[in-house]
Amino acid sequence: MNDEPPIVVGAGPAGCRAAATLVAAGLAPIVIDEAPQSGGQIYRRVPAGFTRTYRALYGFDAAKARRQHDTFDTIKASIDYRPNTLVWDLKPGVLHCLSDGRSEALAYREVILAPGARDRIIPFPGWTLPGIYTLGGAQIALKYQGCAIGGRIVFMGTGPLLYLVAYQYAKAGAGVAAVLDTSSFATTRRAVPGLLRGGSTFAKGLWYVAALRARGVIVANGIRPVAAEEKDAAVSAFLYRDAAGNQHRLACDAIAFGFGLSSETQLADLAEIPFAFDPLQQQFLPERDITGRTPVRGVYLAGDGSGIAGADAAELAGERAALALLEDRGHAVDKRRLAALERALQRIAGFRLALEAAFPFPVDMAAGIADETILCRCEGVTVGEFCREARALDADEINRAKAFSRCGMGRCQGRVCGPAAAAVLAAKLNLPPERMGRLRVQPPVKPIPMAVLSDD
Amino acid sequence: MTEPIAADVVIIGGGTAGCSTALHLRRRGATVVLLERGVCGGQASGVNYGGVRQQGRDLAELPLARRSREMWGRLADIVGSDCEFVASGHIKLARSDADMAELESYQAAVRPYGLALELLGRDELRARYPFLGDAAVGGSLCAEDGAANPRLVAPAFARAARAAGADIREHAPVTMLERDGARFRLRTTNGIEVSAATLVNVAGAWGHEVAARFGESVPEDVVAPNMCVTEPVPFFMVPNFGVCGGGVYVRQIRRGNVIFGGARGIADRARLRAYPIAMSSLNSCRQTIELIPRLRSAQIIRSWTGIEGVMPDDLPVIGPSRTTPGLFHAFGFSGHGFQLGPAMGAVLAELILNGATSTPIAAFDIGRFAPALHTRQSNPA
Amino acid sequence: METTLFRRLCETDRPVIRFVLDGRDCEALAGDTLLTALLTNGQRLRSSEFDDGSRAGFCLMGACQDCWVDLDDGTRLRACTSFIAEGLRIVTRSVKGAL
Repeated sequence: MNDEPPIVVGAGPAGCRAAATLVAAGLAPIVIDEAPQSGGQIYRRVPAGFTRTYRALYGFDAAKARRQHDTFDTIKASIDYRPNTLVWDLKPGVLHCLSDGRSEALAYREVILAPGARDRIIPFPGWTLPGIYTLGGAQIALKYQGCAIGGRIVFMGTGPLLYLVAYQYAKAGAGVAAVLDTSSFATTRRAVPGLLRGGSTFAKGLWYVAALRARGVIVANGIRPVAAEEKDAAVSAFLYRDAAGNQHRLACDAIAFGFGLSSETQLADLAEIPFAFDPLQQQFLPERDITGRTPVRGVYLAGDGSGIAGADAAELAGERAALALLEDRGHAVDKRRLAALERALQRIAGFRLALEAAFPFPVDMAAGIADETILCRCEGVTVGEFCREARALDADEINRAKAFSRCGMGRCQGRVCGPAAAAVLAAKLNLPPERMGRLRVQPPVKPIPMAVLSDD
Repeated sequence: MTEPIAADVVIIGGGTAGCSTALHLRRRGATVVLLERGVCGGQASGVNYGGVRQQGRDLAELPLARRSREMWGRLADIVGSDCEFVASGHIKLARSDADMAELESYQAAVRPYGLALELLGRDELRARYPFLGDAAVGGSLCAEDGAANPRLVAPAFARAARAAGADIREHAPVTMLERDGARFRLRTTNGIEVSAATLVNVAGAWGHEVAARFGESVPEDVVAPNMCVTEPVPFFMVPNFGVCGGGVYVRQIRRGNVIFGGARGIADRARLRAYPIAMSSLNSCRQTIELIPRLRSAQIIRSWTGIEGVMPDDLPVIGPSRTTPGLFHAFGFSGHGFQLGPAMGAVLAELILNGATSTPIAAFDIGRFAPALHTRQSNPA
Repeated sequence: METTLFRRLCETDRPVIRFVLDGRDCEALAGDTLLTALLTNGQRLRSSEFDDGSRAGFCLMGACQDCWVDLDDGTRLRACTSFIAEGLRIVTRSVKGAL
């Protein structure tokens, strides 16, 4: 009988649901999360002393957020909860966590990895200026801190998050100058039949657009960014081309942009799960099946950390992975529940197909970025330098290109520049991005202090 | 499917030694094919600490190291890039009187080889390098030693060799290797077939496998040097530092990152994978902070390791095969081969084309591992 | 002319926290991250090491590692995931050569 508690990494929708499922079966999992409170990004809990209602914070998702938080609060007494804790390294059977300046090695027989995702970007000239943030970052400023990132903000990129964050800002009284979508109207319209299968999500999207237009916000499709202008060491305007090719200049003091999400796959990589390129999501993802099982025994994946599918799918996947873990331990599980979860996940997968088709990652942008544009913001490597250094020594895949150019060697270890760098190199070599491979993860997965204490 | 190539020389291994050999042979007109299982510089040549160091070597290695140092100084002429080599100086620190005595005797021992070392007492050390912690009581400075960027070197030699006409094949693991009359015949997994009169075994941690094919078994083990690097930190440390007895070595590049090591990772030679170990990284952090206390507020952002071949006496295997005419070995550099790579190519080219080399290498003879079978005396270095 | 990047839209009824930014006395609110505290008092968090620019963070979720700041005792903190505390002394302009 396996007495070791399973470990859940991540306390967002997937991790929370996984933990709750394990608790319901009588287990006491260890739940490790980097944040001070549960909720992940979408259901991020505000610090003590903040007074906005759930409606104000989470809009249409208020009830879901409430349920998430209540669930976690209920199970807290039954789990070994480690907030403010970073899993910085992992080898099969053991993970290394850092908390309060101290590193601890935690052995595991089973782990459910639910580390979530981050924004995905492609650089444009001036994108590192103060005042320019990711869409997720802009959302956190508002939701988590009650702040707008500026007084007159341009929202740019593609995906449902673009419209959601812009709407949230407008509703909160911030100055929203424009919402500029790189996806063409035709592309989005073609995906409508599929989008309609997503239940209320599509309707919400349309509602946001209508609400924004009603407030006088410019909403445009099929645009391409040209540059951010600078004045007094911060952004002062955004130049873009519209679908007809005409250039526009919008005065602004902040820009929020992003093109979908990238899964945080570092721990899955360290766990030696094989990866495969997902052409729909345009990224390398760790292999798992619909149950959350991976080719590595004892390691399960759930949520956006192994493929972007949204918060609802994350909750279902978290529960499904926990049930897989329980099954593998020899527990009896409700087969009908398994089937219902998998049916729901499959339904969402169908909707995701339409979503990706409606708001594609604009890989073509990578081919045309001006040479002087910074590509790796950590190391200050420009697009031109990257191409030159990589090709000077015949790099034809992303790890070699990193070794020769330093792109991806900075503090963020390629989280921000990785997808764009692969697309830029691929465009240079006239090959599809997947031929560039993926950046090999090297621990620590995030910076850790040299002065870390440990017991060994 | 098979593509037979006839060449004067076939080289197994695309590390710095192999790529330098290819370049030197081509410059003298020999036809060369190099077969590399992965990518050039993908193993030990590319993952090491980057120290370009003569100080601290076994005396037997000094002639080779001196020859290589001369080449490092004009690397841009040889391969078109200086590979970020900087003669920043290397200091070996003493943490006890016994250490200091060791440094003094080494200073005397290397003088005949033309290596000039400067001994520094406690006060001089602190005056020059105020950031050192209390443990250092003195040191030995080799001003002409320094460091380079290991990721760039073998690829730069490979590019230069290609430009000179060498046929360098990456992603070409050798699956068949045999001697057919007076020639060596090789085949790779992707169907390349090569025949050559001369075979150079610069296969690093796998050099013993090639040697064993020709009846020369040697006890080559592996080691994985666990390396860590910090985020960029304001530049303050010009020389590279090491300590008597080993355990920690640290350097800072101009961009600010501090690179350090001294502990071991895991080398899985069979699966061609290597992993840093969390505890090794944390121990190295501790040792580095002890050496240089101000680094306690820095953060590490990355760790890595690789697979390096190690011989029991910490000296490489270099020289002609004892069993097979036309076969030449240069492998097992035991964790300190980076600096020797450029000269290895020059030496091997001489051995192959002249029948002899001006650099003493008798101490590295493969015969030293089978003394019962081979009675040839090693010449004193 | 605006001299701060961030604008407070709501949640302003929180206790005031006093801290020091580049030697200047500043105020923030309890529950602010360091990032919010700095960007409601100015327009930058740090200088980029490799170009002439200032940086003010990017992802706000601890992924991009762009927002590390120094306390005057050398401690490093990721601004978007650390909370402002009374009396913190933060520097955004590190002196070259000092650590």
